Amino acid sequence: MSAITRDEVAHLARLSRLALTDDELDHYATQLGAIIESVAKVAEVAAEDVPPSSHALPLTNVFRADEVRPSLTPEQALSGAPAVEDDRFRVPRILGEEA
Amino acid sequence: MNVETAMPYDEALDRYEPVLGLETHVELGTESKMFCGCKTTFGAPPNTQVCPTCLALPGSLPTANAVAIESTIRIGLALNCSIAEWCRFARKNYFYPDMPKNYQISQYDEPLCFDGYLDIEVDGKPVRIEIERVHLEEDTGKSTHVGGATGRIHGADYSIVDYNRAGIPLVEIVTKPIPGTDRLAPEVAKAYVTELREIMRSLGVSDVRMEEGSLRCDVNVSLMPRGSSEWGTRTETKNVNSLRSVERAVRSEIERQAAVLAGGGRIVQETRHFHEDTGSTTSGRSKEEAQDYRYFPEPDLVPIAPDRAWVAELKAALPELPSVKRKRLRAEWGLSELDMEAMHNADAIDLVEATVAAGAPAADARKWWMGELARRANESGSALAELPITPAQIARVTELVASGALNDKLAREVLEGVLAGEGAPDEVVEKRGLKIVNDEGELSAIVDQVIAGNADAADKVRSGKVAAAGALVGGVMKASRGKADAARARELILEKLGVSD
Amino acid sequence: MSLIHKTAAELGALIAAGEVSSVEVAEAHLDRMAEAEPKINAFLHVDRETTLAQARVVDDRLRSGERLGPLAGVPVAHKDIFATRDMPTTAASKILEGWRPPYDATVTGRLREAGLVILGKTNLDEFAMGSSTENSAYGVTRNPWDLTRVPGGSSGGSSAAVAAYEAPLSTGTDTGGSIRQPASVTGIVGMKPTYGGSSRYGLIAFASSLDTPGPFARNVLDAALLQEAFSGHDPLDSTSIDAPVPSVVEAARTADVAGMRIGVVKEFAGEGYQPGVLARFHEVVQLLESLGAKVVEVSCPSFATALPAYYLIAPSECSSNLARFDAMRYGLRVGDDGTRSAEEVMALTRAAGFGPEVKRRIMLGTYALSSGYYDAYYGQAQKVRTVISREFEAAFHQVDALVSPTTPTTAFPIGERADDPIAMYLADLCTIPSNLAGNAAISVPCGLADEDGLPVGLQIMAPVLGDDRCYRVGAAVEKALESRWGGGLLSKAPAL
Repeated sequence: MSAITRDEVAHLARLSRLALTDDELDHYATQLGAIIESVAKVAEVAAEDVPPSSHALPLTNVFRADEVRPSLTPEQALSGAPAVEDDRFRVPRILGEEA
Repeated sequence: MNVETAMPYDEALDRYEPVLGLETHVELGTESKMFCGCKTTFGAPPNTQVCPTCLALPGSLPTANAVAIESTIRIGLALNCSIAEWCRFARKNYFYPDMPKNYQISQYDEPLCFDGYLDIEVDGKPVRIEIERVHLEEDTGKSTHVGGATGRIHGADYSIVDYNRAGIPLVEIVTKPIPGTDRLAPEVAKAYVTELREIMRSLGVSDVRMEEGSLRCDVNVSLMPRGSSEWGTRTETKNVNSLRSVERAVRSEIERQAAVLAGGGRIVQETRHFHEDTGSTTSGRSKEEAQDYRYFPEPDLVPIAPDRAWVAELKAALPELPSVKRKRLRAEWGLSELDMEAMHNADAIDLVEATVAAGAPAADARKWWMGELARRANESGSALAELPITPAQIARVTELVASGALNDKLAREVLEGVLAGEGAPDEVVEKRGLKIVNDEGELSAIVDQVIAGNADAADKVRSGKVAAAGALVGGVMKASRGKADAARARELILEKLGVSD
Repeated sequence: MSLIHKTAAELGALIAAGEVSSVEVAEAHLDRMAEAEPKINAFLHVDRETTLAQARVVDDRLRSGERLGPLAGVPVAHKDIFATRDMPTTAASKILEGWRPPYDATVTGRLREAGLVILGKTNLDEFAMGSSTENSAYGVTRNPWDLTRVPGGSSGGSSAAVAAYEAPLSTGTDTGGSIRQPASVTGIVGMKPTYGGSSRYGLIAFASSLDTPGPFARNVLDAALLQEAFSGHDPLDSTSIDAPVPSVVEAARTADVAGMRIGVVKEFAGEGYQPGVLARFHEVVQLLESLGAKVVEVSCPSFATALPAYYLIAPSECSSNLARFDAMRYGLRVGDDGTRSAEEVMALTRAAGFGPEVKRRIMLGTYALSSGYYDAYYGQAQKVRTVISREFEAAFHQVDALVSPTTPTTAFPIGERADDPIAMYLADLCTIPSNLAGNAAISVPCGLADEDGLPVGLQIMAPVLGDDRCYRVGAAVEKALESRWGGGLLSKAPAL
């Protein structure tokens, strides 16, 4: 029994916006299952009273002065865009509503 | 559009009790964006205020705006919140084309400010709104939907996106659930947002223009049957963009939910959209399909640990808050609560205060703003503050009246001239020739003329019926086209007819 | 000796003295690339004219009397994960094929300011995810020591280019060992500076809390010179350290370990370690003692859980960092036929544009961050991170530096681990703890394994902002070994 089911992989793929084929789902279910089993070792470190570290170093309070810096030109901003219309990024129709 | 049935408000409230919750987003008025140096000017040409960071180009990184952090803490302090000793930004992960990184930098379980409250008054009664949290995040870009029905997202062929707004600092203020508002729920919601808006203004952190989206409100409503203590399922109505809409959205959602519940239905936890035109809400995306935002601490930004002494300084330097100021001014001006509330509702308090500061007596300042000027604002459908007249000009008019140079009637004419763009009060007086007649010779001649022309009235006065002098004073005023000093005219009449009061 | 065999320091001195021009040096390397690239495939992008134009500018600047740094005019190969205005930047992914950034990474900008000439962009595992450069969308890079073997990864193009004398210097990024491991298996020097010591701005993010730009070179001094050229505080990177860069060049010139206390990490040995790797490592430990260092054994028991913690933290961050590749603003767009929604086009593009390892890690990270799993996986991994930092701290109370093999084996054959992610991940066993704790660590060559005659690397780990100690110990080892060998390790490499 793998640590992760094919349906769970399908859910992860949806959350990650990856259109996977059925074969890929099977393949990743096996591989991810094995990886998840091997990384589960982190649970073995007894760390009840240990604070988690989100950063490598304990820096705090790094701020920027509220000053305007030059922006890109619209040409630069749009230079890599797959589609452009009226100086805006043209994108396929958007489903659903803003979250 | 799905038209849903509604239960009349009074009936709904007879059967159910509402619980409110409000999430308010305030765009801060910083010079630059939250995490980059791009400008924040509203209405700039598309994609002219963007850079690698706010476009999420590969490799770009955020850097946090110090003023935005400070403003958020000041807002938290004004709302009586505790300020975190240490907190982090977090990434809220979800894909959406107007959000360039496909995650929003926000705050999750470590908001900058938490556990506060805001006291408001509704119908003369105090209501305490508990604040759950105040946190800092970034705004999204703006999509325009092309094709299909007019600009709506459903049925559009494609969309075009402008990222100028992406990354503008956004403060989210979340209340705890607000039970016990009963029939006043819509008014409470509106009063809360109104008060919040005034606090933002007094702090100078945002222009809070709801019509430009710099203050946006999400309204949560749930109902429970009378006598029950278990809260119902809530809906979240998004982006309610005027104070009036806040009130209407709460009301319409109460009426809709009551109809659903009374009909044996159940409320779906969902996002709803408010429509200004119909005053009702429609269903948006259902929240039942679990949103898993996979929050985790933002590794590109370091934790914030506001220095306690600095927070204390910020607190000490807070301006007088609007409600406190209203209480003080009410006492200073000797007004009733009702009068003060009327001024508050008319947005007149600051104007009156400024007029008083320019030298006018409070009673006079209030009389003009709440009387003649309120009437004119109402006629032209504009806000008081938008009238083309300044508090200093009103103060000058009251000064002219006090000195006897104008009477009330003339003063009204002066105001009319100022509003018509004829210049400052003194210029209007000059141009329209509105100065009171206080040349003794001229006035004496008019009095003689009026006495001669009203022998009956003059005789009555001579015979001791002093009250009859009023008709003669009226005659003098008429003859002088309102410019005579009525009091002096009366004195002269009595003197000339040989009687005294 | 031809120009391509000179050190970067020598080239810099010759150019500064006007004995050779930057253009001549660039041409020599471009010629070498023309010869070596068909076999090595270290570069994803080379444009002769762009390179020579940069060299001409440096020559002009020098002629006009401008004072530039010690590496002015020296060529550098630049990992294709740093944004460059004048060259494509792809992270070796199809999803960014042909993308030209409208801006330079901070590291790129500093290379230019120091007068370095960018020869081209080097190959890597897609988005720096891998230990072999086999995960590149644009073909594998080959190890100059044995063309059937990998050059390590993710910065395998950068290590191979330097080892093959295509460039005297190159840049890399190290997230779990992506500089040290390729340096080790190609017989060169690779340094992971202290996290925050070099800017991440413009470095396409893999795992933000771990990614660290660093240098490759054929000797310790050159690596120090390059690190010094691009390091230092950057206000555009909030995690950048606002402190002076440790004096790494001076340390590289000091090359003396007399009186230093050096710890051998007990846990980095045993099963999975190639005997030839351990043999060379033990010899170098003895060498350090003979050079006057006091060597002790140090135990860091939690280092065993560093690998699983890393394979939760890095994928979690990457799942979020790579969300921006969505076909909306730049890069590949697949399936936009006018009927599909943005959501569908995003999913089709990402499926087509990302390779298998990237997809694996995105899904693994999505899993680890999901509600219900967060505490057991991502949350617990972050606690392990704390524990590892504490063990380093305790160790550095006892000793000035720690040593271990850089990677358990020599270069493995191309294809051997391609379908076995877990075996692949083991390559980073010894390097990962320093990424989790953010401290400095370097790999320097320490000989050839007896079994296969391939290079073995020594890893030297120093505390946060103790980068200079890595260079000091590394230079001492290099000096002693080179005098023993009668030259650099690369002189033993077969001709291409």
